[in-house]
Amino acid sequence: MPEWILYLLDFLPDWDWLHVLLIALIKVVAIFIPLVVAVAYLPYAERKIIGYMQIRIGPNRVGPRGWLQPIADALKLILKEIIVPTKSNKYLFILAPILAMGPAIAVWSVIPFTDTLVLADINAGLLFVLAVSSIGVYGIIIAGWASNSKYAFLSAMRASAQIVSYELAMGFALVTVLMAAGSLNLREIVLAQSGGLTNWYLWPLFPMFMVYFISGVAETNRAPFDVAEGESEIVAGFHVEYSGMTFAVFFLAEYANMILIATLTSLMFLGGWMSPFGAASDIIILGDGIHWLLLKTSFLLFFFLWFRATFPRYRYDQIMRLGWKVFLPLTIFWIVFMGVMMFLTPWGYLFH
Amino acid sequence: MTFEQLVFYFLASVAVIAAGLVITVRNPVRAALFLILTFFTVAVIWLLLEAEFLAIVLVLVYVGAVMVLFLFVVMMLDIDTDQLREGFAEYLPIGATVAVIILLQLVIVFSFGPFDLEQMPAPAAAAVDYSNTHQLGLLLYTYYVYPFELAAVLLLLAMVAAIALSLRGRLSAKRQRPDAQVRVRKEDRLRIVKMNAEKQD
Repeated sequence: MPEWILYLLDFLPDWDWLHVLLIALIKVVAIFIPLVVAVAYLPYAERKIIGYMQIRIGPNRVGPRGWLQPIADALKLILKEIIVPTKSNKYLFILAPILAMGPAIAVWSVIPFTDTLVLADINAGLLFVLAVSSIGVYGIIIAGWASNSKYAFLSAMRASAQIVSYELAMGFALVTVLMAAGSLNLREIVLAQSGGLTNWYLWPLFPMFMVYFISGVAETNRAPFDVAEGESEIVAGFHVEYSGMTFAVFFLAEYANMILIATLTSLMFLGGWMSPFGAASDIIILGDGIHWLLLKTSFLLFFFLWFRATFPRYRYDQIMRLGWKVFLPLTIFWIVFMGVMMFLTPWGYLFH
Repeated sequence: MTFEQLVFYFLASVAVIAAGLVITVRNPVRAALFLILTFFTVAVIWLLLEAEFLAIVLVLVYVGAVMVLFLFVVMMLDIDTDQLREGFAEYLPIGATVAVIILLQLVIVFSFGPFDLEQMPAPAAAAVDYSNTHQLGLLLYTYYVYPFELAAVLLLLAMVAAIALSLRGRLSAKRQRPDAQVRVRKEDRLRIVKMNAEKQD
């Protein structure tokens, strides 16, 4: 916190809670603005990367090498008219994108960026993440219902069934992480992985890492699990009827959720801000720091885009089968297996 | 007025208004949404009481899972609320009597009973590093382990029963067998026939 902000706060009337509130608000803005910039540039990265994978250039018209493309897109979406369909439920129609976006941002309040850089260091952080991200599904259901359109409603059903199913596998995969770390606090989970590459939970919990990451792709309705907005079947999915800014908010929520899943995966399995070389290195850039978290997150986000360029779309029943009959039994088996290994055999140290 | 009181009165009024709207709005989907709002505000009130584990689990289970299924059902069914509202006047006297009796009981219990502020003062605030997730876990898995396991088995039984009920379809129904599909080799499906070119006349 810079000195001058604290100095300014001294002039305010002596309400302790107002100080707390203002400082929290400044921190929120400090997290929110970089997040919005990242969310704006992720679609640009997606178009560029998929473009190069398909041997074309991608957006290159606005600004040098297309760098201003996100700003042009944002401007276009802001200026477009918000069309509310006749006979739709107006309040809920407008409320839906807000409900989709809110949880996607609220979860960031407990994400630790470094050992000290965290807005709310609560002791049930992991549970908070699960609880708040489970609210995001309402945005989709309400959007589908309030649009008064069959395509939107069908897609909302598909999307929310998919989200609810994969939430289970994700939750169980995280149970193994908290068994290994012995804590629900995200900061402590990362600290338990300190000591370099070999101490990351990626290695002892490798199957759970795969389950978590693939479920994360399904949870955000991204390709190859994007039946909810399958262009060939139901046009654009639950946001067919949305235009302008209301559509943009859904779009942003999807990308904010992608970044969130990538960040959580790097916190749980890839050691968060911990350096892969351990803390012993002398060179400052190789030591622990926020740059490692950003690097790991970007690496995982690249996988999201890579999947989309590589795999054809799953059929809907196969998505459900994968979630309920493959991932869920696998995670439950792994929890029992890990419990037995940790407490009944001498190999328990492998999971600590 | 402290900050906590301000927050409490705000949340309490939101919870009460939302709960009232659940039973007064005409549209069943909106009623379900107001019920979600009620759950959520009550969860935040629990947070104020330093019961963070219960608050988060309330959001996770009721808001995140149970109410989603509720909404599914309410949206799929075409519920005619006018039919449900028939006989409102008929049942009003009985309902009002029950409500008044419950209210009286609550007032009696809270004003004369052992819940008096003198007999049961507000507990001291917990230490900063106190984790009630940890405390609940310890109690549930040691002292209350048998009731806990029994409840879990009951829930499992209910789940198995529900799935068994849904399995009464035709036996001749065609189902997919993914293992058989994966095991298919090229030779099973494809026959390459070698034949000489024939002259066209």
